[in-house]
Amino acid sequence: MRRIVTIAAVAAAAMLAGAGFAQAQQKEWKEVRIGTEGAYPPWNNLNSKGQLEGFEIDFGNALCEKMKVKCTWVAQDWDGIIPALLAGKYDVIMAGMNATEERAKKVDFTAVYSRTPISFIAAKSVTSTDVSPAALKGKAIGGQGSTIHANYLEKYYKDSQIKLYPTQEEANLDLKNGRLDYILADKLALIDFIEGQGKDCCKFVADIKRDPPIHGPGVAAAVRKEDTALKAMFSKAIEESIKDGTHKKIMDKYFKVNILAD
Amino acid sequence: MTWCEVPGWLIGNEAIANYGCRMFGGLAVTLQLVAISVSLGAAMALLLALVRLYGGKVASTLVGGYTTFFRGTPLLCQLYLVYYGAGQFRPFLTDIGLWTLFRDAFFCAAFTFTLNTAAYQAEIFRGAIQSVGRGQWEAARALGLHWRGILRHIILPQAAMVALRPLGNELVIMVKSSAVASLVTIFDLMGTTRLAFARSFDLTVYLFAAVLYLCIVEVIRRTWDVAERRLTRHLQAG
Repeated sequence: MRRIVTIAAVAAAAMLAGAGFAQAQQKEWKEVRIGTEGAYPPWNNLNSKGQLEGFEIDFGNALCEKMKVKCTWVAQDWDGIIPALLAGKYDVIMAGMNATEERAKKVDFTAVYSRTPISFIAAKSVTSTDVSPAALKGKAIGGQGSTIHANYLEKYYKDSQIKLYPTQEEANLDLKNGRLDYILADKLALIDFIEGQGKDCCKFVADIKRDPPIHGPGVAAAVRKEDTALKAMFSKAIEESIKDGTHKKIMDKYFKVNILAD
Repeated sequence: MTWCEVPGWLIGNEAIANYGCRMFGGLAVTLQLVAISVSLGAAMALLLALVRLYGGKVASTLVGGYTTFFRGTPLLCQLYLVYYGAGQFRPFLTDIGLWTLFRDAFFCAAFTFTLNTAAYQAEIFRGAIQSVGRGQWEAARALGLHWRGILRHIILPQAAMVALRPLGNELVIMVKSSAVASLVTIFDLMGTTRLAFARSFDLTVYLFAAVLYLCIVEVIRRTWDVAERRLTRHLQAG
């Protein structure tokens, strides 16, 4: 009996020590590395000088200022953006990433900082605004691979030809070239194209209704599951910045519409 | 359960069980793509090699330029040039009735891979033909054979022995290089694997894809061993 008590005591002590150790592991964050894609204007984009710019870069830096931490940015290809976070290449992802259930199995999401409309665009010759799966049967629809839009297309548009591209720019180019009939993507990412390069060829057709199981609650920053302190820091800073108008100020610089719609 | 779900079920991996069928579908696309481009490329390469060797100075220089370009630039770059380049020339291609072909990603990839592998194979054929001794030509001519007969019955059979191994290498390289097709929306083995990974975030799918590629290469290697033994049986003792 005595022995069991001893073992239990030792085990309890070990667990306490372990917990303490885990607490200590939640190190105080002085420097945070933020990963982003750098190919998704106006959210995040590498400019001609090779520097990152965009809404998320400014907003991320504002958050870091609030949290009094030093932030550095890392550009990473979209397909590997979650694996590289898990591998410790950086500590946070801010890359226009929607907080989906599927991703939440691998990473934790902070408070939402954007909820944006999702739209279909098409060639100007398209007259119908009907974008139901039945109407788009047999059409070639493009999207960026590994995105919620790709998942949405795969789920609902089984009778269309779905084409997935490594980046949004390549899909846009193929719509312009006439290989695609439609593109489904984040409306804000599409505005730049429709008002710029795609001015003569393409137009907005219709927005779709958000499908919560696929689209999730909105765009948030992602952290590794064990970094609970970091997640709390970011969530707090995001909520504060929305309340005190910092978010709106940066949003107005990059977007003509509200990107935090209900 | 269909056969394509079996591997995932056997090793107890959910991602491979879920996406196994799509990945085997992708494997079929990869095999088609490589088979079409390597065989068309071989036919083209033989012509190119002959022109390079016996086609006169101008034609020979042109073929030399072609092989230099395709062997000297990345396959991905060539594929983008064809795929997105064709898009830029859409009105022209529509006028001459070729846009329907170039609109199709699979055609663009097969077209690019054919041009690319033809350049490599042409150099292999050229080297192999040159490796056949001059004496063979002279002896055949002394027997009164026409040059076409000499090529067909004397030179090419001997060149084939020399070309066999490097051609096998080229085939293996094409199987692996064909993965770049996944970057222009083709769901080949690599494309379906990327899709599976994007959904499951399970690295095992890449390992599974690697094993599938390895299996194809191993089959090619063994086939080549058999072919070599057949082609060289007159040289084997006993």
